[in-house]
Amino acid sequence: MDRQGNAPPDDVPFVLARAAQHGPVVHAANRTARLEGVMPGSRVVDMRAICPDLQVAYADQAGDRAALDRLVLWARRWCPWSVRDGEDGIILDTTGSDHLLGGEAAMLVEMETQLSLLGLTSQLAVAPTWGAAWALARFGPVRAICGADQVAVKLGALPVTGLRLDAATVLLLRRLGLKTIGALIDVPRLSLTRRFAKAALAANPVLRLDQALGSLAEPVSSVDAAPRFVVQSRLPEPIFDPTPYLPALCADLCDLLHQAGQGCRRLHLTVYRTDGDVSHVDVAMSAPSRDPVHLHSLFRDKVAQINPGFGFDLITLAAGDLARMQNIQNDLEGGSDDDLQLAQLLDRLAARFGDRAVARPILRASHIPERAEARLPALATPPAVMPAPASERPIRLLAPPEEIRVLYAVPEGPPAQFQWRRQVHRVARYAGPERIAPEWWKDRPGTRLRDYFKIEDQAGRRLWLYREGLHADGRGGDPRWFVHGMFA
Amino acid sequence: MGLLHIPKVLAGQGDHPALAQPVLSEAFAETAWDAAVLGFVLASLPAGQRPVLWVQDRLSRKETGGPSLAGMRMTRPLIMVSLSRAADLLWAMEEGLRCQALGAVIGEVWGDPAALDFTATKRLALRSEAAAVPCWLIRRAASPNLSAARDRWRIGALPSAPHPHDAQAPGAPRWALELFRSRRSKPGQWVATYDRATDRVDLVAAAGDGPLDAGDGPARQRAAG
Repeated sequence: MDRQGNAPPDDVPFVLARAAQHGPVVHAANRTARLEGVMPGSRVVDMRAICPDLQVAYADQAGDRAALDRLVLWARRWCPWSVRDGEDGIILDTTGSDHLLGGEAAMLVEMETQLSLLGLTSQLAVAPTWGAAWALARFGPVRAICGADQVAVKLGALPVTGLRLDAATVLLLRRLGLKTIGALIDVPRLSLTRRFAKAALAANPVLRLDQALGSLAEPVSSVDAAPRFVVQSRLPEPIFDPTPYLPALCADLCDLLHQAGQGCRRLHLTVYRTDGDVSHVDVAMSAPSRDPVHLHSLFRDKVAQINPGFGFDLITLAAGDLARMQNIQNDLEGGSDDDLQLAQLLDRLAARFGDRAVARPILRASHIPERAEARLPALATPPAVMPAPASERPIRLLAPPEEIRVLYAVPEGPPAQFQWRRQVHRVARYAGPERIAPEWWKDRPGTRLRDYFKIEDQAGRRLWLYREGLHADGRGGDPRWFVHGMFA
Repeated sequence: MGLLHIPKVLAGQGDHPALAQPVLSEAFAETAWDAAVLGFVLASLPAGQRPVLWVQDRLSRKETGGPSLAGMRMTRPLIMVSLSRAADLLWAMEEGLRCQALGAVIGEVWGDPAALDFTATKRLALRSEAAAVPCWLIRRAASPNLSAARDRWRIGALPSAPHPHDAQAPGAPRWALELFRSRRSKPGQWVATYDRATDRVDLVAAAGDGPLDAGDGPARQRAAG
């Protein structure tokens, strides 16, 4: 929101809401709102009663988490070891790297400056343990620095909320009269242990206290950035056609993927034009691959989509949607892999004709004939089990059904004679009716039922007719007749 | 009296040479929208669980609809490709015939497009034999022009067999088959009965009156004698 430049002004009470069981609750509130008495975690309707000019927007929690993950990697500029801490924190293991920035105090100032340049406000603290840093950053003084021997002293004045306990345990400790961490430290350890012997970590003040004071180890396990597989070729002068360079690029990229034991399901070809513009082509695959010949063949018809402008002098090829891929040999002679061949065929068809032209029909559980079949895109994985059709169905279905003109109606059964596609058909034999009622949970009200007949005309051709509705069913006029399919 | 051909039952489809080997075959539908041709093509596919590539052009889809999984009762996976140009359709079929993991390749073409000439069918035929994947071209509203297809069929519907329980209802489907050109077997005409329960086609040589000898008398006398 800050990035888009439409953040609300600071003097307007503003909250972010999240969906909860009984309506939205406050996820976060700005300073003005907190001063008005808005508490995070309470219901939005209640807070509107307290503060009538409250402005509400929905929180994007997944987006926040992803942004925080990116910030974790960005924070590696100060130390090599960082990890996301819950929903709103980052832990940096700055052991041995603070002197590079001029000491711990100077490091904290530098961090706050850089974060504020990103448009972020931050609360920072340095402490020997994860738990102590968590408590000091949230409840301690500004840019608190805590040495290894002062942990108990500095934490003593902070409220028990600073021990990363869940709300029920904090309430319990409050009721017991233990309001600060210092009060908790003063309680004899034996009685505390007896009271919380079987509690989980988030509800166990003894373990949390040990973690904060450093007597229980809590190592930081750092996450690694996902590797990027990109190859590029710089050209001595601008060209218009990347085709001669593609085989070498694909081979280089597949080498990289092979070394990492990975395959890719997406390829991004980017050309950087001399006028500063960038042009992309993407291809997708149905199964992870690192076969240079196959990858190159997917671009065969796609390079024409590149707009070369006045020429380009840099081509990059990047792999996306990475997946682990082992070399599987499925017969002793090292012969062809059937699944792989099929996946490559689907890739070639989808790359040439588009993902919508290639489909895998599957059966669905529905009585309405046109809904009994769904089309999966070619690159999707079909389900293992499909429902079996209940009764005989035609081999062909017309979409949509075609209306026929009844020439000679009879009271029961299909019409004795009808006209379809300008030809007169006489019904020689018929089977039916099979009544299919509308699906009330899906259809619009007033949808009419259908009576299906399998008929055979004078020349032996078998059709599937249906009558839509009944006489006097109160859902429109006379019933109409349609051809819906052909039997073999 | 005319000469009545003795019905010759070919026991099962395997004995018929035209249906045993994977080659390119063409099937012409007698009525453009009739599904008898599909029934015969599906019944003559080799058994197995390998997927089928089905390529259809736009007019076939519009005029005769799409293949319905529920009606075909196919347990093997189906890959549908819907295209508008005949050249694309032939390209897709050739790509499919390159892949030995497929059980069959079926293409549906409407009319006589210029792209479907002798060269195109020869390419399909050679690829089909090289990969040992059967390939069927279903032609609707088409004339049997020059083609390299190993077998060429003309298929129409016949009134179905009597239903065992209901005299009113159509029973097992019957088709009129005409093999009018074949490289490996003798052309002929058959009446095929399809048994849905066992997924089996029985071919019976078409019964008909033989040609009349000259001087056999006028029609009224023949009827009397």
